[in-house]
Amino acid sequence: MTQIEARTKIRAFLGKFIPEQDFADGDEIFALGLVNSLMAMQLVLFLEKDFAVKFANQDLTLKNFGSVDAMTDLLVRRGVIGAD
Amino acid sequence: MPRKKIKCVVWDLDHTVWNGILLEGDRLVLRSGVGDLIAEFDRRGILQSVASRNEPGPALAQLERFGLAHYFLHPQIGWDAKSQALRRLGERLNLGLDSFAFVDDQTFEREEVGFNLPEVRTYDAADIDQLHDNPDFMPAVITEDSRRRREMYRADEARQEQEAAFRGPGDAFLATLAMEFSLAPASAADLLRVEELVARTNQLNTTGKIYSYAELAELRESADHTLLVAALSDKYGPYGKIGVVLLHCAAEAWTIKLLLMSCRVMSRGVGGALITLLRREAKRAGVRLLADFRSTDRNRMMYITYKFAGFSEVAATEGETLLEADLDGIPELPSYLRIESTWQAVPRG
Repeated sequence: MTQIEARTKIRAFLGKFIPEQDFADGDEIFALGLVNSLMAMQLVLFLEKDFAVKFANQDLTLKNFGSVDAMTDLLVRRGVIGAD
Repeated sequence: MPRKKIKCVVWDLDHTVWNGILLEGDRLVLRSGVGDLIAEFDRRGILQSVASRNEPGPALAQLERFGLAHYFLHPQIGWDAKSQALRRLGERLNLGLDSFAFVDDQTFEREEVGFNLPEVRTYDAADIDQLHDNPDFMPAVITEDSRRRREMYRADEARQEQEAAFRGPGDAFLATLAMEFSLAPASAADLLRVEELVARTNQLNTTGKIYSYAELAELRESADHTLLVAALSDKYGPYGKIGVVLLHCAAEAWTIKLLLMSCRVMSRGVGGALITLLRREAKRAGVRLLADFRSTDRNRMMYITYKFAGFSEVAATEGETLLEADLDGIPELPSYLRIESTWQAVPRG
């Protein structure tokens, strides 16, 4: 999977909760209050399932899941998607 | 490890709750002892439902006639496999299937459930006389909250329907519930409920450590511990006492020894608010805020809750982790909750 495909997939998932036009890939979705803390677990489980990855404890930080960019970077670092 | 207590009993109908087959037009008679047993389980705070191959309308009408319909949450009456019905009940009630009991007169149905869901305990309808005194069906404690458990789940059904019908951001929905959250030092009268929550709560539990009533009573009195109880209500009624925090308070640092929330409030966004309150109080008291975390096979959500709420690992040994909260950048308390805290570690002013 390419980074662009990964971004599209993550945006589509978030789009179920917030209108896609309301956030950019760099936006901090928790800090901006676009989603609440309940979203944390859902995001972790969605990424683990759809990208077939299991995050280690040190991966589980707000910073790594705070934006579409951050999540894409995390997936690249975990070797799940290509670095393009 | 002791066997888990049963939290939900799922009944077959034909030849289990009553003698005879509804759709064959038999004259149905309630089986002896079943009505009393259902009422007794309800009193103990065990939830109950139905999994029956039948037409829903006539089956529910028959339960009404026997005066039993109100005991059953989310009755599963239809034609698919009973293991499917149980799986749906686990999701709807937010309970692990290892706390479910399934009662059916047919070997085939028990084996189908046992094959697909080995964690569910199955019982032959012929043996129900033995269930009354079976320790698995005897909760460690029975409290006011347990006696009202069915009612509270009933209110949850109304909430879930409204939530399913609501479109829009999560916070906007939560705001429609008009939730009131309270946090207070545990009173002596709270201890039974605290003991019950400690024994029942697996998923939203930061250590999974069990405390006895005597230990809790001692910790409540202990000068260097604080035992807090959280309650929640909304426009549909009370959820009851739904959270517990045990703090060890030393001069330089507080350590959250235990933080747990009933899984009934999992989607209410109160766990994050509780942690925000603790961070604020620690900052005001000028102490570090630490938290013990012990990983079980069920509580990863609590680890994520801590990590996303500004905690990071400072030490880790086999299965046990010590976390410390960043006390800068504490977020606002969520606007969808009205919060009343009567706990003040340090007097204001």
